[in-house]
Amino acid sequence: MNAHTLAAPPVASRVQHHGGNELTGTAGLLRFALRRDRIRIPAWALGIGSLVGYFGAVVPLAYPDQAALQTRAEIMKDPAGALLAGPGYGLDNYSLGTMIANEILGMAAVASALMSVFLVIRHTRAEEESGRAELIRAGRVGRFAPLTAALATLLVANAAVFLVLSAAMLANSLAVADSLAIAAGVGLVGVAFGAVGAVTAQLTEHARPASGMAGAVVGLAYILRGIGDSQQLGGSTLSWLSPIGWAQQTRAFFDLRWWPLLLCVALAAVLAPVAYILAGRRDLGAGLLPARPGRASATRFFVHPAGLRLRMERGSIISWCAGLFIFALLTGSLGEAIVASFEAQPEMAAILGMATTGDVLRGALAAFLKYFAMAVAVYAVISVNRLGKEESEGRTGAVLSTKVSRQGWIASALLVTVPASALLLAVSGLGLGLGALSTAGGESVVGEFTAAGLAFLPLVLCFAGAAVLAYGLHSGTWWVWVLVVASLVVGLYGPALNMPDAVLDAEPFGLVPAVPSVELDPVPLLWMSAAAVVLTAAGTAAFRRRDLEA
Amino acid sequence: MTAVIDVRGLNKNFGRVRALDNLDLTLDAGEVHGFLGPNGAGKSTTIRVLLGLLRADSGTVRLFGEDPWERAVGLHGRLAYVPGDVNLWPKITGGEAIDLFASLRGGVNPKRKADLLERFDLDPTKKTRSYSKGNRQKVALVAALASDVELLVLDEPTSGLDPLMELVFQQCIREAKDQGRTVLLSSHILAEVESLCDKVTIIRQGHAVQTGTLAELRHLSRTAVVVICDGEATSVASLTGVHDVHQDGDRVLFTVDDDALPAAMAHLLPLGIRSFTSTPPTLEELFVHHYGNGVRAAAGVEES
Ligand SMILES: Nc1ncnc2c1ncn2[C@@H]1O[C@H](COP(=O)(O)OP(=O)(O)OP(=O)(O)O)[C@@H](O)[C@H]1O
Ligand SMILES: [Mg+2]
Repeated sequence: MNAHTLAAPPVASRVQHHGGNELTGTAGLLRFALRRDRIRIPAWALGIGSLVGYFGAVVPLAYPDQAALQTRAEIMKDPAGALLAGPGYGLDNYSLGTMIANEILGMAAVASALMSVFLVIRHTRAEEESGRAELIRAGRVGRFAPLTAALATLLVANAAVFLVLSAAMLANSLAVADSLAIAAGVGLVGVAFGAVGAVTAQLTEHARPASGMAGAVVGLAYILRGIGDSQQLGGSTLSWLSPIGWAQQTRAFFDLRWWPLLLCVALAAVLAPVAYILAGRRDLGAGLLPARPGRASATRFFVHPAGLRLRMERGSIISWCAGLFIFALLTGSLGEAIVASFEAQPEMAAILGMATTGDVLRGALAAFLKYFAMAVAVYAVISVNRLGKEESEGRTGAVLSTKVSRQGWIASALLVTVPASALLLAVSGLGLGLGALSTAGGESVVGEFTAAGLAFLPLVLCFAGAAVLAYGLHSGTWWVWVLVVASLVVGLYGPALNMPDAVLDAEPFGLVPAVPSVELDPVPLLWMSAAAVVLTAAGTAAFRRRDLEA
Repeated sequence: MTAVIDVRGLNKNFGRVRALDNLDLTLDAGEVHGFLGPNGAGKSTTIRVLLGLLRADSGTVRLFGEDPWERAVGLHGRLAYVPGDVNLWPKITGGEAIDLFASLRGGVNPKRKADLLERFDLDPTKKTRSYSKGNRQKVALVAALASDVELLVLDEPTSGLDPLMELVFQQCIREAKDQGRTVLLSSHILAEVESLCDKVTIIRQGHAVQTGTLAELRHLSRTAVVVICDGEATSVASLTGVHDVHQDGDRVLFTVDDDALPAAMAHLLPLGIRSFTSTPPTLEELFVHHYGNGVRAAAGVEES
């Protein structure tokens, strides 16, 4: 062995190694983070940009003249339209620009906010949780370097979103300043929520609740501005409590003002130091609350794989329940206003894809229920995808080496996902019904909508089944998300954008009978149930045939 | 000369769990120091405090004479750390991971890296996801050993290594020692500690119950003697410091305190010794003694 050719003892290097500060190593970590995100960041930026690009391509087709545009503007004046879209600046002279500012900006801002939350937490708390941060921090890396590198990555990612979005808008020959204001708004909302993520990352020991908390703040911000915007044209005080509202308050393409964006900057500038203070005070790997000793032995319930699963997912199910219920309650309480505006303008309901005959209230709420079912489908896919995470982190092998069979393992996951999906659907319907009860509708509406929510269960389970298939095939989950997102986009925007009938008819959420406004037709539900069973069985069979990854 | 590591009266609580309880630990430059204790004794916690990753509740902690919480970055340029459970990023190669860690310490010696890769038989072009446990461990070991640092902080560094690699590791540590580096080695592999360490600290429930050279620790334990004499060897039982005397055929077995051994020899010599074997306590016996019985251990000689 050539030990003696090794370098001399490094005592001489002591001087050169000395010094360094809390930020040492940031540049290296930033380079590494960008490398790890070299696919993710462009993918998000292109995704957000293509939303606008697509809109720009389709709107002229769907709304060939000003009269057509104005019919859409009327919808956006309505509280229900404002709730989903924006404050409604420039509705009297609606154009592609004002339409993007009013209807797309909010969605794009939510997307960049979620991208930012996930990004920051992935590079901070998730690294600590995995133990990799310990190895990193044992190097010449300052206490604040990982957080600083994560925030710098955040800026890079949102700069990419800004650039792609600007390019997409300018490609549609929209006014330069207003286009830049919208792109900057989306990017800065991302930065602000990235700072929210930087704070929640300091609070919990695990990455998932940190993402959950920050994600809930994003949802809350969207709801706040939704209520605010539906209260009055141009938004009310509530709209100004939301960073997403700030981006919309630039009044792009109507009467541009830049200063609301400073509020986003200010929020980030306040939150980032909070994150630094918290990071500087705590131990690596620790949360804000000290660990408490738990139970010494497992409950009978917990030792079953499904019990374990429920235990792991309990917190997220509760959060989803609370979020959907609150949103549903608010939506339901707008029922009266929606009915009033639909009675004044029946063509609006058609454009929103809602029933125009019979009970207008029930028809409108049934259409809204569809949006909640879409959210539950997202939950179901996330819930099933947890199987893949368990496996890649090496926990599945330990379970499958016991008496638990492979189909039993998948069944135990579904034993949580299926009832939880049913619960979330019922809770959404209940919220809508209760909200409507307080304004209009009569008492029967509560029970009707709770049951109507459950009509979406077979469809939601089809998405869960697709996720099981992806897991069984080990194909990656991307194609399931493509299905989900395509269904959402067609379901949300399809009727408004005059998409071809063939596309609209294939949109699965539209296939579910919109009870209680129409008769319950069991045939599509039976087909969907069969599809869900087939997908799940195929996924299980595939899982039994393949190698375990870790 | 200041000690490389100097910990005095260190306390650390996690909520209601007392992880470290008045811990003392001293390492002089150039020393290979074994850090031993049962599971949950507080070894990893001590090391994380030394790295400035956890903040001490009370007590003084000095690394190269400085506070690791305040001066973590500067100090980390002078040490390399290997944990017992190495988690690497998927989608990068082992070679890239090594360069990343090494560059975070201020650079790697490429020749030494290549040499270590060869000795540890590690393929640096494989993606980390496909590495076995032992190979992930090797990544961290190569990154640490290839760095020009004065102190190696190793927390069960060889967990998962095969016996051949264990020997390579021991050779590398000896070389490090020859180069004048200081090593803190937490380990459950007693043979490794026995063959490498100048000094050993045994901790139990967050408190150092023994510190010293292996010889000093042995000194605290009894030597086992088997003797065959012409005369009546069982008479050694009358000496102070001689215990557990019993006869097995013509052999007489007893244990004797280290400092009573000369007297016992003097007693046996006139009896006509035909055969004599004395076995110093193995490290394992020392551990069973210390791990298993905190009361007796605490009553023993405390660290100097
Ligand atoms: N983050 C933490 N939160 C709560 N308790 C902790 C935490 N880290 C360590 N402990 C507790 O502190 C004590 C010391 O743990 P430590 O990991 O230092 O033991 P160890 O000596 O390294 O054990 P092992 O030989 O098993 O590696 C244990 O009781 C452990 O449960
Ligand atoms: Mg340990």
